[in-house]
Amino acid sequence: MSKSSVASKPGTDTSTDRKTIKEAIVEIVSDSGEGAQKCGQSLGSISAKMGNGVWTVEIIPAEIQPPARSKAGASGIRVRMGTNKITNMGDHADLVVALNEQVLFGRIEQNAYTKGTILLIEDKWANSKSEVIRKQYADSLEQFEELGLVIHEIPMEIECLKIVADARKGKNMWALGLLSYIYDRDLRTAADQIRYIFRKKKEEIIQSNLDLLHAGYEWAAMNLDLHFTIPTKETDEDYVVMNGNEAISLGVMAAGIELCSMYPITPATSATHAMAETIESAGGIIHQAEDEIAAIGFAIGASYAGKTAVTITSGPGIALKTEFIGLAVMSEVPLVIVNVQRGGPSTGLPTKVEQGDLLAVLYGAAGDAPKIIMAPATIEECFHYVILARKLAEAFRTPVFVLTDANLATGVQPFPRPKVNAEWFAPEIDQSHWKEGVSPYAWDPDTGLSERPIPGQKGGMYTLTGLAHDEDSHVAYDPAINQRSAEHRSRKLAAMRQTLKKPTTYGDEEGDLLLVGWGSTKGAIEEAVDMARKKGASVSSLHLHFLSPLEPGLKEIFQKFKKVKTVEINYSDTVGHPLITEENRRYAQLAWYLRAQTLIDIDCFSNVYGQPISPFRILTMLEKEFDLTLID
Amino acid sequence: MFGVNADFCDHVLEEEHYNLEDYSSSTARWCSGCGAHTILNSVQKLCKEEQLPPEKTVFVSGIGCSSRFPHYMKTYGFHGLHGRAFPVASGVKFRRPDLHVFVVTGDGDCCSIGAGHWVHAIRYNMKMVVLLFDNAIYGLTKKQTSPTSPLGTVSNTHPVGSVLPPIHPIQATLGLPNASFVAQTADWKPAHLHATIRKAYEHPGLAFVRIIQRCPIFMHDVYEPTVSDPDAITLVHHENGIQLDEKGMNAFRHHIEHDPSDINKAREIVETVKDTTPIGLFYQNKNASCYDEYGAHNLGIATEDRIDAINSLMDRYAV
Repeated sequence: MSKSSVASKPGTDTSTDRKTIKEAIVEIVSDSGEGAQKCGQSLGSISAKMGNGVWTVEIIPAEIQPPARSKAGASGIRVRMGTNKITNMGDHADLVVALNEQVLFGRIEQNAYTKGTILLIEDKWANSKSEVIRKQYADSLEQFEELGLVIHEIPMEIECLKIVADARKGKNMWALGLLSYIYDRDLRTAADQIRYIFRKKKEEIIQSNLDLLHAGYEWAAMNLDLHFTIPTKETDEDYVVMNGNEAISLGVMAAGIELCSMYPITPATSATHAMAETIESAGGIIHQAEDEIAAIGFAIGASYAGKTAVTITSGPGIALKTEFIGLAVMSEVPLVIVNVQRGGPSTGLPTKVEQGDLLAVLYGAAGDAPKIIMAPATIEECFHYVILARKLAEAFRTPVFVLTDANLATGVQPFPRPKVNAEWFAPEIDQSHWKEGVSPYAWDPDTGLSERPIPGQKGGMYTLTGLAHDEDSHVAYDPAINQRSAEHRSRKLAAMRQTLKKPTTYGDEEGDLLLVGWGSTKGAIEEAVDMARKKGASVSSLHLHFLSPLEPGLKEIFQKFKKVKTVEINYSDTVGHPLITEENRRYAQLAWYLRAQTLIDIDCFSNVYGQPISPFRILTMLEKEFDLTLID
Repeated sequence: MFGVNADFCDHVLEEEHYNLEDYSSSTARWCSGCGAHTILNSVQKLCKEEQLPPEKTVFVSGIGCSSRFPHYMKTYGFHGLHGRAFPVASGVKFRRPDLHVFVVTGDGDCCSIGAGHWVHAIRYNMKMVVLLFDNAIYGLTKKQTSPTSPLGTVSNTHPVGSVLPPIHPIQATLGLPNASFVAQTADWKPAHLHATIRKAYEHPGLAFVRIIQRCPIFMHDVYEPTVSDPDAITLVHHENGIQLDEKGMNAFRHHIEHDPSDINKAREIVETVKDTTPIGLFYQNKNASCYDEYGAHNLGIATEDRIDAINSLMDRYAV
């Protein structure tokens, strides 16, 4: 077992022995409450500020206070930073900082590490009063060594106690110092970051965290032979760095949405947290409703009264809101619905990623309820799609879904700073006299579109109803009227599709295999496509952003490939099981939908491990498809 | 008068004046003898008396016989989902304080499928008039037991009589935090009904009015004794309560004087007056906090200020 390697004499300038690397994947894992996420988020922000590409993803236990030193209790964060733009969490970590050995087992199970991954582990457990813990620690280190991890035992507790009385509250910033040295992060930027994250704390707390940062840095400089540099790219453009939920929250405000009506649900709620301090100065307000149903009902009430609202939720919330979604479709009320998808069905995996709600939002209503569904693929798109969603909702008089997921919600990525524009805001509500003789649902026969009277408009009075109704919103049981109004609601999607461009493929326009994805998987799919193409595989990819209506020209694109396969994070039956045949195989959700729409025999690659899909996993699949070695 | 040209006054009045027919849409399709007809007349009369601009008035309902109400008004209306009138109405009012909001709900709508929203709507206490049409039966779906059906009610779901004690909507509302106006009236007492709706309209928060309503088709035998017996009702009155003229007062033989600021006495009346049906204003607190004031507190912020606020948040994420 290797003890921490001492490379340089204390005080020696080690700046000359830096090794230049293109990127690094770093994890910090601990028991819940030890601040590992704060450490990693800071590392990500510092790296982004220095001009590196960054993607971070949180490792979240399901419980608020899981038992200490347990496999299931692993709480932490992965940071991938590189010279170029980073679009996904990558594969195996290059380095992990662990505050105890037990939490690592959960990550090992998820294949987070490989031979050569550097492990920096808190060594205090070796001297624990408890014989059980001492033995666990020793045994675990042996196992880690067998796995090929390069172990450095670090006296974090001892070093932190030199600065703070409670080492538990100091190790994260000490580790940030350690990592700042290892990856050559700018200390001034790191200090600014600490001042920012502790801005609401007393000065002495800020100071002690700064001391921890510097102490960790110094310790690493004196004791570790690990020193890398990740070159940065110069840019003149202003950037912001945030996670998808924060981007959603800024998008809500930048869209000029005056009401966010919500009920707490993981992993969607942090979007509301991110806007809570600001939204009232930005002209909006948050309503925390008594339940999911009331949250959307309240939003629909405001939308009906002219103030198009947003409701933000996750799968179980969508299930509860379904009846109101049907009402909004039927009565043509504009509304923005953000669904931050998590593992399902039922309560499922609240903190984990899944793309399991596509068919639920597409079809989950009584009768036919067509609505617009969009899926951002990047953090930047999370911001802009909310603005677009409000405009589409009003232009097409319909609810609009923005489907994100737990991966986008907590993934952090820099993107060009949006220039907030008054044109993004909702216009003042129309309170002019309603045009005489125009019905509240004067459907255009070609597009199904109609103009909507807003309460306050003289002469526009009508009673909205969820019952079948005619142009005047009068209850109508006439079969012809029901058929016609259903056609008009559906026609709006066809009309909206006219405004969409034919998507372009990544790679080639034709070839052996086309991978089709949607939502948060874009970065991983494209990275895998790049790697496979370098090895000679004829593979390209296509990423869909509009799922209802579907983007035009898909059949034509698919026909140019020998095989089309979706890559999704949801369940599908694996071919090969004796009970699974071509006739009963249950396909992944996008595959199911595209097969029906294009009559092309589209295959799928999907799973529900509750993890973001990695390039490695896609490459493993591609190796079988092409019978090629794609992974070094 | 006041130096203003009389013709000009006439002109203005002609422009702004609304008659009863300005509030009436189509002919109501409730059964003949249904108590809802009287309530509709009374509400239209209130609108005329108050000269509510129809375009500024919104009736929100759920699903059920009573919830057809908005279709019969020539105002804006929202005939939504079963049990969900409260969240919709609250959403309408939250950012549009200029609108007059009425909620029309039934006993199944409010006290069963939408009971959770009822509790919280009372707590929000947003300025609106809530009319609970309580006929103690599901009518639209053809006679099933409702949460307010008297114990033993024979219905299609309980052919040998209902087995659960009913919810008393007044008793329940008086037990909720931030309740600010709780009144009970009956559709066959039109003067009292109208005075109650008027008082509710004048209330600064959420006015909860339970209207005991006849269903001549499914509950005729239950209501008939109360309707035909002048002694079956006790008038709960006070100078701060529902105001009736002398003739109106004299139409009731049983009287209780009750100060509507006294919530304990209000609860006691509900608990103890069992042989007769008490009607009147049980409780009023004009100073209860109103959530709509919070909802409207930041309306009309200038665009530049909104952009500044967003940009200052964005600064925190700036690289």
